[in-house]
Amino acid sequence: MDELKLLQVLKNDPRISITDLADILNESEESVIRTKHRLEDEKIICGYHTVINWDKTNSDYCSAMIEVACRPERTVGYDKVASEIAKFDEVSDLFLMSGANEFMVILHGKTMRDVADFIGQKLAVIDGVKNTTTYFILKRYKSEGVRLEKEEIKNERLLVTI
Amino acid sequence: MSSKQYLSKRVLNIPPSGIRKFFDIANQMEDVISLGVGEVDFPTPWHIRLEGIKAIQDAKTYYTSNRGLLELRKGICDYYARRFNAYYNVDNCLVTVGASEAIDLVMRAIVDVGDEVIILQPGYVAYAPTISLAGGVVKIIELKEEENFKLTKEKLAAAITEKTKMLFINFPSNPTGGIMSKEDYLPLLPLIKEHNLVVLTDEIYAELTYGKKHFSIAAFEEIKDQVIVINGFSKAYAMTGWRLGYILCPEEILDYLVRIHQYGIMCPSTISQYAGVKAINDGDKDVVLHCDIFEQRRNLLVNGLNRIGLKTAMPEGAFYVFANISSTGLNSEEFCEQLLANQRVAVVPGTAFGECGEGFIRISYAYSLPEIKEALQRIEKFIQQLKSNGK
Repeated sequence: MDELKLLQVLKNDPRISITDLADILNESEESVIRTKHRLEDEKIICGYHTVINWDKTNSDYCSAMIEVACRPERTVGYDKVASEIAKFDEVSDLFLMSGANEFMVILHGKTMRDVADFIGQKLAVIDGVKNTTTYFILKRYKSEGVRLEKEEIKNERLLVTI
Repeated sequence: MSSKQYLSKRVLNIPPSGIRKFFDIANQMEDVISLGVGEVDFPTPWHIRLEGIKAIQDAKTYYTSNRGLLELRKGICDYYARRFNAYYNVDNCLVTVGASEAIDLVMRAIVDVGDEVIILQPGYVAYAPTISLAGGVVKIIELKEEENFKLTKEKLAAAITEKTKMLFINFPSNPTGGIMSKEDYLPLLPLIKEHNLVVLTDEIYAELTYGKKHFSIAAFEEIKDQVIVINGFSKAYAMTGWRLGYILCPEEILDYLVRIHQYGIMCPSTISQYAGVKAINDGDKDVVLHCDIFEQRRNLLVNGLNRIGLKTAMPEGAFYVFANISSTGLNSEEFCEQLLANQRVAVVPGTAFGECGEGFIRISYAYSLPEIKEALQRIEKFIQQLKSNGK
């Protein structure tokens, strides 16, 4: 089975039924179930998430991108600090970066105050962290490849053409 | 007195489209899930559209040379070499207003009154009338489902007479989705050489094959001076409305095609041509993306049809499934009319593509996966109704 094709279909529609998935990939259902489980076990499939535009809900939602400068440690490099940062539920994404600073952290809280407190009280005090630069996200236009406020382009195709 | 008296006999002889009425009904109905369309659903890729916008902004809005922009023709030749191992230079290339103009041009340039042109059916509707308009005689080869709608040596040999001038092929095929591989063509070559046939190959769906890559008959050097290739931007780059196509053929033929084209058309839209330059040079990745998506849709549709009980083979090209519905006891038009009326799903009767399309329907999968799924559910209901009515 072409695993990349399976992943591509699941990426676009994580809720798809096994029957449809098998039909689309032209494989048996058993084979699809087996491959899907294995990809989950191997942490190639790490979750099935929903892309939500929180700006349109009533809930308070505040996100920030934070550059974190830190010192590497003997034998483990940056991995130990990364592991400490990743432990917090508020952190949604964490990357080791090229460029001026070591890490990029994406953080979600309810308010700017929440986010600021987290940085001051939890992030900046981690051993090895030298300093942080915070960019608050004002509005999201596209996330996970999905346009959050899609312009409606009407498909003007005729219903039947030869 | 009717004004009809002023029309030429040639034009009066064009038969009316029998299924036009069905199309008109379908096109006016609400809530129809249509799997009846012969064009891609994706919008033209943005980077290609931008080139069109830029052409307007930069006032690239004058006539181009009759043959088309030099850089576009160069791009087309590079593309055919890169993708299909068929080698041409800019003097072999003419840019046309879609593949449709190209077909008409070739007929007018090649066919003398009484010449026979062999076409394959089920096949695209425009072929036979353009031959008749040019004074030619249409000879039909009926392709068979059990042969995967391929052209065989036996069929071709049986159709050739001393009046045969041209063989007109279209692979990947609208409406069957059939393709021809290099191995499928090889047995035909001696016949083509022996009878000195012009081979007109409409390769508009060349980029849409699944599994095997498209093979162009123009890649056979030994018959290349007999081959005329027609292709275009509509299907490969989702550019139907831009009306842009092209011809690749021997220079001696092309020079005469240009004589007709220069008086009838002058040149295709300059704006479209600039967008075309972008597409042909930088569009390969769009094509791959579209093709992957189409393959998923084809699989969903064909496996779904088989589950419903409409036994259908997996077609290897284009974006159509030519499904056999004879098991339902309805003919093609009855099936399509009743499916439209009862479940509001539009598909095209096989008879639109020639009499031998009877017993089949053409289902297009140029639709999103959810649309195909919804249509399948409705077709299933329809088939179940038919069965319970029959009992």
